[in-house]
This record gives sequence, structure tokens and C-alpha cells, in this order.
Amino acid sequence: MKSSPRIALLFLVPSFFFVGLFSIFPIFESFRLSLYRLILTLPWLGEKMVGLENYTDLLSDPVARDSIRTTLIFIAVTIPLELLFGLGIALVLDQVFRGRGLLRAVVLIPWAIPTVVSSQMWRFIFNDRYGLINFLLFGADTSSYIAPLADPNLAMISIMAAEIWKTTPFAALIILAGLQGITDDLYEAAGIDGATPWQTFCRITLPLLKPALLLAVLFRTIDALRVFDLVYVMTQGGPADATNVLQFYGYKKTFPEGMVGYGSAIAVMVFLMSLVLSLAYLRAFKTSRLYGRNP
Amino acid sequence: MRRTAALILFSIGIALYCLVPFLWFVLTSLKSSAELTAIPPTLVPSIHFGFYRSALQQYGLLRYVLNSTIVAGAATMITIAIGSLAAYAIARFHLKWTNLYLLLLLAISMFPQIAIAGPVWKILDRLEWLNTYQGLIAAYIALSLPLAIWILTTFFREVPPEIEEAALVDGCTRLETLYKVILPLAAPGILTAGLLVFIQAWNEFFFALIIMTDPNVQTLPVGIALFPGEYTMPWGEIAAASTIATIPLILLTLVFQRGIVRGLSAGAVKG
Repeated sequence: MKSSPRIALLFLVPSFFFVGLFSIFPIFESFRLSLYRLILTLPWLGEKMVGLENYTDLLSDPVARDSIRTTLIFIAVTIPLELLFGLGIALVLDQVFRGRGLLRAVVLIPWAIPTVVSSQMWRFIFNDRYGLINFLLFGADTSSYIAPLADPNLAMISIMAAEIWKTTPFAALIILAGLQGITDDLYEAAGIDGATPWQTFCRITLPLLKPALLLAVLFRTIDALRVFDLVYVMTQGGPADATNVLQFYGYKKTFPEGMVGYGSAIAVMVFLMSLVLSLAYLRAFKTSRLYGRNP
Repeated sequence: MRRTAALILFSIGIALYCLVPFLWFVLTSLKSSAELTAIPPTLVPSIHFGFYRSALQQYGLLRYVLNSTIVAGAATMITIAIGSLAAYAIARFHLKWTNLYLLLLLAISMFPQIAIAGPVWKILDRLEWLNTYQGLIAAYIALSLPLAIWILTTFFREVPPEIEEAALVDGCTRLETLYKVILPLAAPGILTAGLLVFIQAWNEFFFALIIMTDPNVQTLPVGIALFPGEYTMPWGEIAAASTIATIPLILLTLVFQRGIVRGLSAGAVKG
């Protein structure tokens, strides 16, 4: 068919239009704006090219450095736990039993709940007066009740708990897809050889699950780097900037404070972080596959 | 026997983990004001609808529901229409650059929202589309297209090309073939992609927050996040609004869980 490419182009044009105008152009524009001083609240200053000044400001800004650290800690704590719980749930869902379909549907519920709703829900559970956590810890003794969201460390832990609860199902589903790709004859062979369930898990399941696990880590990391809703609703970045993750800091600078140039520099840095982390994981993914071929 | 017991135990544990926190919020929404602040907390509420009434009447919850329905509904329909055209072209015309386009879409979806939010705001400002439905819908279409195109391409590739060639020989145009032959055959894929796009748009908060500053056009997540209350939060009303925002999603998830699981793992594994 000679006319094919032209028709293909015609079919693709509407998607080019939206993706181009509202995704690709904004990405380049953000890179450009990160080199300018542009303050929305002071429009008469206009756009002024300042080179790398926003980036040098960023490096010497203690709040920004704390924000990077907070974001990295958030990732380093939540993702291993999500993977661990996700693996546990996936191993159960991989068994054949009555009610498996129902359990799989139940596991989807935290995933389906709007993040803003789960944020308010956890904010209520961690509430200093009527929160369930306080009651579970101290019973009716209201004088010893604590305010987790007003304490820098506990606020961070609360947000991490809410994030883990909501995103574990997604990790579980990816790992489950990986588990279902492992053929039964391998397990049968292991059974004939007299392997214990634990040996089977360590020698067969885990190595073959590596691609799925890495994929889950990759997707979850990219997503955890843009955590925003939880922080906005539960703590507004506080107390004392303890939960001021990068996407929240970038939002705060760009919109309420109107510092578009500086905010864009933060955005570029978030992007660079996800790029570096993705490449690192992909590298690990490739080496692990080579190992699989030449044991 | 021991295996069965362990399975039952783990299943119950997983179900409690997934259900209890939200169930607690739903129970909260059904309490009376006295039950809400009671210590020890009331486990079984007296099924009061007072918080629902006040959320609807005092806080104008219905308007947020309406705004969310319009924005998420329109964004889903347009995304699926545009996405199926694109996915069809990618699945059927094996051109080199269409695969590059798929990779580009994947790369775009990995960018943090903050990296495009400022310029999107500026574009919508220039179009005078801030605080309009079409402004948020346009942003959502761009946001959802990568996911939709990836899932739809996977499903379209499964439709045997012979069926389509027969239709083309019979004198159908490409567009007719798409609508009369491919779409009905790929209906499960369309449904899956549509559901995922709808859920994403219904739940989205970041862009809704920056584009919709006028309460009259705000969507449910923005309304729930910005619930007014300086000193005492109206927890009962927040719980009621949250329940109303979530029940449709839970019903959709329970009814279409097979499709959703397949769409999520297809998008992930092939990605």
C-alpha cells in the first residue's frame, strides 16, 4: 500500500498536537526558563537571561539541599518496603485457591482510591485528638495523645506509611505478572530433586523474578520522585520543612511564590534525578540478565 | 492442611490491610457529630447521614462531583478517540519512526509533573483557558495519551491483520475499517484503556490545583484537599465527600478488575 505512510501520519497528527503542545514544548520551555529570572509577582521585571544563576542558587540554598535529602530518604525507605509487601501479596495471589479473584479485587482498592482521599484519610487516622493511631497506642488516656503530623520525624514516617499503603498494590501486580511468567516445570523439577520450599524460592523464584522486581523498582522510583498530593494535604511540607519533598518545593516556588525561573531549575533537577536513577536501574537490569545467561 | 490454614491467614491479613483504613473513613462519614469525637471511638456508627447532607448543602459537594464528571468524562472520550487513531497507525503500518514515537511517549510519561506545569499554566493563561473545563481537559488529554496509546497498541496488535485486509478488499476505507472492524474486536482493550484514563483523570490533583483556582470549576480532589476549616477540621464532611468521590471508582474496579489488572501489567511489562 503506497499511501500507507501518509494515512499513518494523518492518524497520528491529533496525538502529536496534544503531546507536542502540552508535554514536549513545556519540557523544553522548562529547561529554557531555568536559565532565566522570571517572577510572576513582579511582571515588570520581564524575563531576564541569567545563565546558570538559578542552579548556583539552588546548590547554595539550604532548604533545597534538605529537600533533596528528604526526597532521597523518602525513596530509600518506601520502595524496599513496598517491594517486600508487594512480593508477599503477589506470592499469595499466585496460589490457586477459592476466593483468589475476590482477594485480587480487594488488593486493587488502595490503588483505586484518589490520592487526595487517602491523604485526608491518613491525616484523620494520625489526628492528634480523634485519630485511630492515638487510640490504639494510648487507649482513652487523652493526656498522652501525640500529634504525629506536628513532629518532624513522625510526620515523615506518617507520609511514608500512607504512601506505602497506597502503592503496594501496584508493586504486587507487577510482581504477580512476573510470577505467572515462571513455568511450572521448573517447580516440578525442583520438587523431584527434593528442594525445600525455601530453596525453591531462593534458587528459582527470586532469580527469575528479577526483571519484574527491577521493573517495579523503576516505576515506583519515578513515581515516588513526584510525590506531591500526600505532602500537600497532610503537612504542606512542614513541620519545619521536614516533609518538603522536591516536587512540593518546586510547586511552592513556581506557583504561590511565582519564582518561575527558580522553580524550573528545581523541575530540571527532579528530572535529572529520575533520569540518573532510571539509567542506574537499567544498567543493573542488563548485568543481571547477563548473569542469568552465564551462571 | 497447614498450607490451607496459612493461605487463609495471609488472605485475611492482606484483606484487612487493604480495607480497614478506608472502611474506617466510611464509618466516620456515617457517624453523628457526638460519635465522631467520642473516645473510645464508636466502632459501629448509628448510620447518620447528617455529614452527607451538610457536605452537599453547606459545602456544595454536588458541584465538585459535576465538575469532575465533566472533566474526567470528556478527557477520557477524547483521549480514547485520539489514542485509538494513533495506536491503529502504530500497530498496522510498521514504520520505523512510529516505534520511536512509542519510546518518546514513554520518556514523556516519566517526566515529573512539575517539569511541565509552569509552561502549561502559561499556555493556558495566554489562551484564557485557566479556570475553564477545556483547559484542564486539554492538559489531561496530553497527560493520558502515552498510557492510552501504549495499551491500545498492545490490544490492536492482537487483532489478526487478515480480518482487516478482507474489509479493505471489500472496499472499506482505513477509517471505516478501524471503526467497523478493529474497534469492536479490540473492545476489551478500549474498555481497559478508557477505565485507566478515567481513573487517572478523576484522581488527578496537581494540574487541577494549579489550573482551577475558582471554586466553581474545581474538581473533587481539589475540593477535598482544600476543605475549609482553620481551627477544627470538618472531618465528618471530609469523610462523606471522600466516600462519594471513591465509591464509583471502587465499583468500577470490582466490576472490571480483570481488565484493569491486564492493562496495568501489560502497560508495565511491555513498558
